[in-house]
This record gives sequence, structure tokens and C-alpha cells, in this order.
Amino acid sequence: MSGSAYQILAESQVLPAREQMAFTLMVHVILVPLGVALPFITLLMNYLGLRRNDAVAFQLARRWSTVMAIQFAIGVVTGTVISLEFGLLWPGLMGRWGDVFGTGFGIEAWAFFLEAILISIYLYGWKRLSPRTHFLLGLPIPLTSLLGAFGILSANAWMNTPQGFTLDSAGNPTAVTVEKVLFNPIFGPQYWHFIAAAYMTAGFLVASVYAVGWLRGRRDRYHRLGFLVPFTVAAIVTPVQMALGDGLARSVFREQPAKFATIEIVWTTGPNQAEYLYGRLQPDGTVDGGIKIPGLDSFLAGFSRNTVVQGLSGVPAENRPTATEATIAHWAFDTMVGIATVLLLLALWYGLAWLRRRDLPRSRWFYRCAALAGIASVVAVESGWITAEVGRQPWIVWEQMKVAEAVTNISAGPIWASFAVLVIVYALIAWAFIGLLLRMRLRWRGQDAQLAREETAEPEEPVRAEAAP
Amino acid sequence: MTSADAVALVLVLAIAAYACGGGIDYGAGFWDLTAGGDDRGARPRTLVDYAMAPVWEANNVWLVFVFILTWTGFPTVFESVLSTAWLAAILAGLGLVLRGAGFALRKPTRQRIRRRRYTAVFGVASILAPFFFAAVLGGVASGRIPVGNRAGDPVTSWLNPTSVLFGALAVTASAFLAAVFLVSDARRYGAPDLEAYFRRRTVLAAGALVVVAAVGLIVFRFDARYLFDGLFSGWGLAFLLLAVAATAGTVWLVRRGNHLGTRLAAIAAVASMVLAWGMAQRPYALPTTLTIQAAAGDPDTLRWLLIVTGIAVILVGPALALLYRLDLTDRLAADHDIDLTAAHAAPEAPMTPSALVDAVDDRRSSGPQVASPPRDAKRS
Repeated sequence: MSGSAYQILAESQVLPAREQMAFTLMVHVILVPLGVALPFITLLMNYLGLRRNDAVAFQLARRWSTVMAIQFAIGVVTGTVISLEFGLLWPGLMGRWGDVFGTGFGIEAWAFFLEAILISIYLYGWKRLSPRTHFLLGLPIPLTSLLGAFGILSANAWMNTPQGFTLDSAGNPTAVTVEKVLFNPIFGPQYWHFIAAAYMTAGFLVASVYAVGWLRGRRDRYHRLGFLVPFTVAAIVTPVQMALGDGLARSVFREQPAKFATIEIVWTTGPNQAEYLYGRLQPDGTVDGGIKIPGLDSFLAGFSRNTVVQGLSGVPAENRPTATEATIAHWAFDTMVGIATVLLLLALWYGLAWLRRRDLPRSRWFYRCAALAGIASVVAVESGWITAEVGRQPWIVWEQMKVAEAVTNISAGPIWASFAVLVIVYALIAWAFIGLLLRMRLRWRGQDAQLAREETAEPEEPVRAEAAP
Repeated sequence: MTSADAVALVLVLAIAAYACGGGIDYGAGFWDLTAGGDDRGARPRTLVDYAMAPVWEANNVWLVFVFILTWTGFPTVFESVLSTAWLAAILAGLGLVLRGAGFALRKPTRQRIRRRRYTAVFGVASILAPFFFAAVLGGVASGRIPVGNRAGDPVTSWLNPTSVLFGALAVTASAFLAAVFLVSDARRYGAPDLEAYFRRRTVLAAGALVVVAAVGLIVFRFDARYLFDGLFSGWGLAFLLLAVAATAGTVWLVRRGNHLGTRLAAIAAVASMVLAWGMAQRPYALPTTLTIQAAAGDPDTLRWLLIVTGIAVILVGPALALLYRLDLTDRLAADHDIDLTAAHAAPEAPMTPSALVDAVDDRRSSGPQVASPPRDAKRS
């Protein structure tokens, strides 16, 4: 095979490999926020149940723990697929850099295992353990999920700001310093941004279920509490997240100026850069459409219109993303920030109502927005992930290895085929998961209705009577 | 022992743990598939449904850990194995995902035809996954994985006599382990007939395991000479003999009705088989081209990997011990997914005879006509 033909072949498998990886990660990233933050929200509800001896809170915590376990199981499966794909799609990455940035994954695997054990105990401990012991045994779960996220985020951050190794004469990494690898420059900002995103998403997502219930007229204590606790968590985290996200963007500006230029579609290096809301970057560097706000980009990057922002044209063409890739990253970024801003307003609305009347807002519009907030925050997480990954192109390890160098030598055909099979199988799993959740909802509703009938006949547990729809 | 050897040992132990933990799940799928028609197979299948909970998907964490240890400790091995034997790896992964999906879908389904379809998916996938994962290891053991990005043959690297034997061994060992554990589950469930049913299958699977292993040794003699020699000397031989002894011990103990002993012996048997393979192919990571030393990653990384593993064992060990203790002292009760099954069955209920114990649970967690978790029945 001639050199050029081989080149074309190698290029051709980059596309299916990227698409397959993107698809798998996009599915996984929906489950991750729930895995990281749902245990905390569940335990919080459990705590309220314990403190006030509140049967409704216990009931909610117990039901959430079931959802937690099922989504955890599915997360294990999709996570296993991802680790398999590291070898199937990106053997070049793992063969060369595996021992440099692998330690984080090692930490994550053990943390995950610990989490699995503790979740099993928590899930199966509701009936026989004393409520206090049961709660205390569940308490470490949020910590294990923070530890697991630490491992993965550290590895991902390292791909953005790689350090902690030297290259030998053959260009291979040696002399690894694991502490430097784990705590690389962008790790901190990326980690806290992600954790906050997980708490926001899980909070808004769980609350949205009860917001829908409220809109449909189920306005009992069960729905009120089910809405209040996760929504409060999300509402507290949202303003913090705005600050964290802003900090991360400025870290990217300092550590990866070309990535910042990609996200903000800045073409020519210089001060007084305009901020574009959406808009499409053209290959010649002009921006088509979008809303232009003069000087804002420079101001956001360095709190002054005089801040010099590097432009994409300063980077050699083969080392920067294509105009289309830059546009994708830019749109994803703007979508994420846009959604977060709307969610912040929603959180403020809630906060003001609480300050003024010590109660939830009364407007139906509040609940309509809250019902959409769950899906919206998932879209924001996906957008953030697209920003991070597409913004890094064409590098898989920033300025060290390109995606095309990391890809497998398996030809494109089989990768497209395996991608197709994966889509079908994942659709099947999604269908099963959603079906299971809907069935549980039906069953729980039936249970509550039955309980309500029993209790009107024989009021032995007054607090539970309010739980009935 | 160098740090590379130590990481290699941890890796082999993690593979052994997956062979046992994952094997129990996969084997349950095997017995589910071979349980026979709708009526004859109903009771064993109900036991499998009872014994398995979604949480046990966590056993796949062992597999993730195997991958991570490989790419962190021995990056070139990870690159070479998965890029060459990619087809087998994809088939194994497909089996893994479909097994979970098939099981999750079947559990709440009561409609006969759909249930039959999910049963088939669950069962076939439960055989695919261990077969192909082991076939990849067979390719490694017989020296068919050259160093490099897709440097070897994408078919013969896993479709060869040694790989087929490895695959057959993995499927048989899984069935053996699962039969042993289902005996104990049947006792908990309070179903003496199923206890006898799986006791017979334990003995049967032990016999099959010995036969497949014997055939395997002959095949290795001609197809994987390095492995064969390693199995008949030093540590390789020691673990081979231990595997034989533990298999015989399992049969002896299961006939005496010693449940804990049987389970431990069965785990020892399967773990020893994996260790025998690992010891036999020393000092090679990829026989006979790449040694463990040459394949090893950066020394600082290996040291940290061992530290992380050490800390993890300290943390995970007590948690796991607590889980088993709570389980053995009957303080854990699986009610949620059984509730779930019953929730769907209650309004339609065309297949109720499969419910073995019918008792009304505490009313907070279950509605009418609910098959309560059997351990509750035992308590009352």
C-alpha cells in the first residue's frame, strides 16, 4: 500500500472512532451526575427523616436509593464499555501514555468498588438495620463518589494540561512524577466545576419529577418535600457554579490559550476582543451571524478591555481545530452558559420567595420552569463536555499527541459496524431503564393510594395521611 | 520481587477475582439458558431472578480494574492485545452489555413470548462474554499477540486451539461456580428441590471442568508449548494441583451439605486455575516476545499503583467484610426489585406459579399478593 493511500485509510478511521467514543461518553455523562450527587441528596432526605422522625422523608429516601442502585448498575456497564474502547479505539494513546496518566484511573476503580459495596449495604439495609446505623453506613457514599470523580477528572485534566514527565531522545515519556500528573494545572478548576455540575444536575433532575407532579395537581407533602430538598441543593450550588465556571474559563485562557480562542472563536491575536453570542467561524477567520459584543471577551478573560487574547490564526493550521470544530465548541459553550444563566434566575426566584414568605413560589410558571430545569441541566452538562473535548482538537494529549496518532489501525468499516451495534444496544438499555423507572412510579403511586385508603379507615399513623395523593 | 512483578501479580489476582465474581453471574445465565422449556425451567429461573440483583453488575468493576492495571502498568500490552484481538474483545463487550440488558428487561416482564426472548438474550450473552474474554487470554498465552498497534492477525489471534480451550474452560468454570452459589441461594430461598437440582449440576459441572482441563493440557502441549511447560513446573504446577484438589473438594463438600465450605472450595478452584496460567507464562507478559520487565511502565507509576492498591485493600476489605457479615447475619433484605416484579405481576399475574413463597410483607413496602423476600419468610 502506498504511503498516501495508507494516510487516507488512517484518516478515515479517525472519524468513526471519534463518533463512537463521543456517543459512548455522551450516554455515560448523563448517568455520572446522578452517580456523583444522588447519594448525597438521598442521604440528606434520610437525615431529615431521622431528625424529624418523618415517614414521608424516609419513603422518599428509600425510593431514591432504588433509583440510585439501578442507575449505578447501568453506569457500571457503560463505564466498562468506555474502558474497553480505550484499547479498541485509542491503543496509541494508551500504549504511549497509559503509564503516565493511568494512576487516576486506578484510584477511580477502587473508589467505585467501595461505592458499589456501600450502595449494596444501603439499599438492602432499609429493613433490618436500625435507622441510625443504616444512615451512618450510607454516609461515606458521597465521599467515595467524590474520590472516584477525582481520579477521572484528574486524568481528563491531564490530557488538557499534561505535565509530570520528560521525553527521552526517542520522544517517549519517562521519569514520571505521579503527584504532578494527578494535580496538573487545570485539574482543580475542572474538578470543582464538574462536581458542582453534578450536584446541580442531580438536584434539578430529581426536583423536576415532583414539579411535574405538582403541575398535575399532586400537591401533598410527599411531592412538596420531594421537590424542596433536591431543588434547594441545586439552587444553592447554581451561583457557586457560575463562579467556578468563570474561574475555569480563565484557567483555560491562561493554560490553553488556543483552546480559549476556539471556544470564543477569536481569530486574530490582540486586545479589545469582541464576544460573540453564537455565530459561525468561517475558514477565513470571519464570523458569520451571532451577536457581537465589543470588548467583552477581553474583559471576561482579564477584567480589562486591554487584555490581549491569543487568536486561532496564530496557531499553525495543522495544530488548531477546523472552523467547523471551533464553531461546535463555541455553540456548546454558549449553550451551557445560557442554560446556566437561566437556571441562576430560577434559583434567585426561589431564593427571593423563600426570603419573603418562607415558602415556595406560587406561580405555575415557576413549576413549569422547574420541570424543564432537569432536562436543561443535562443539556448543559452535555454542552460542557462537548466544549471541553471538541475544544481540545486536534490534540488528544494537549500539544503532545494528536487524535490521529492515537487511533487504532483497525480499518473504518468494522468501527462503523461496531458503532451501529452499540447504538442499538444502548437504545435497548435506555428503553429498559426508562421503562423500569415508569413502572416503579406506577407501583409507588398505587402503594400510596392504597395506604391512603387504609389510613382514612383507620388513622394510626397521622403523619403519613398527608403523603397520599 | 520487582514492582513490575508485584503489579503483574495484582493484575492476575484481579483477573482471578473477575473470573470468580463475574463467573458467578455469567454461570447463572448459563443455567438459566439450559433450564429447559417454560414450565420445566420456571422454578430454576425464578431462583436465578431472586439470586441476582442489578447491584451485582458491580462485579464488572473487577474487569475495569483489570483494564486499568494493564494500561497503567503495562501500556504496550494493553495496546497490543486490544488492537490485535479487537473482534473478540468487541464480542465479549457485546456479551457483557447484552447480558445486563437482557436480565434487566426480563425481570419485570411477565409476557411469555417476550420473556422467552429476553431469556435467550440473557443466556447466550452470558456465554459469549466469558468465552471471548478468555479466548483473548488464550491468544496471549499461546504467543499470538505481537507487540504493536494491530500488529497481529485479527482472527487467528483468538480463534485457535488454545483460545477455544480457554473459552471453554471459562464457560465451564462459570457454570461450576454458579451452580455452587445457586445451591446456597436455593437453601435461603427455602426450596429443597432446587437445592438438590443445583447440587447435581455442581457435580456435573465439576466433571466437565476436569474433562475440559485435561483436553486443554493436551492441546497446550502442541499449541502453546511455553504455557504447557510452565504448568508442569514450579508455581504453575503447584496451582494446577491446587485447582484439581479444590475441584474434588467442592464435590465432596457439596455432597456433605457444607455450604460455606463448598463456596470457598469452588472459588479456590477457579482462582487457582487463573493463577496457574499466570505463573506458567512467567516471566513473559506476552509469551515469548515481551517480558513483564520490558513491558512495565514508569517505575514511579508502578510504585504509586501499588500504594493505591494497598490503601484500597485497607478500605475495601473492611467494607466487603461488613457486607458479608450483614448478609450472613440476615440483616440485609432485598425487597426492592422483588417488589418491582410483583408490581407488574399483580395486575396481570399470568405466571404466578413461579413465585415460591407468598407472604404479605410489611405493608409499607409492598402491596397485596406480593412475593416477599424469602429471608423474611424465614424470620416470621
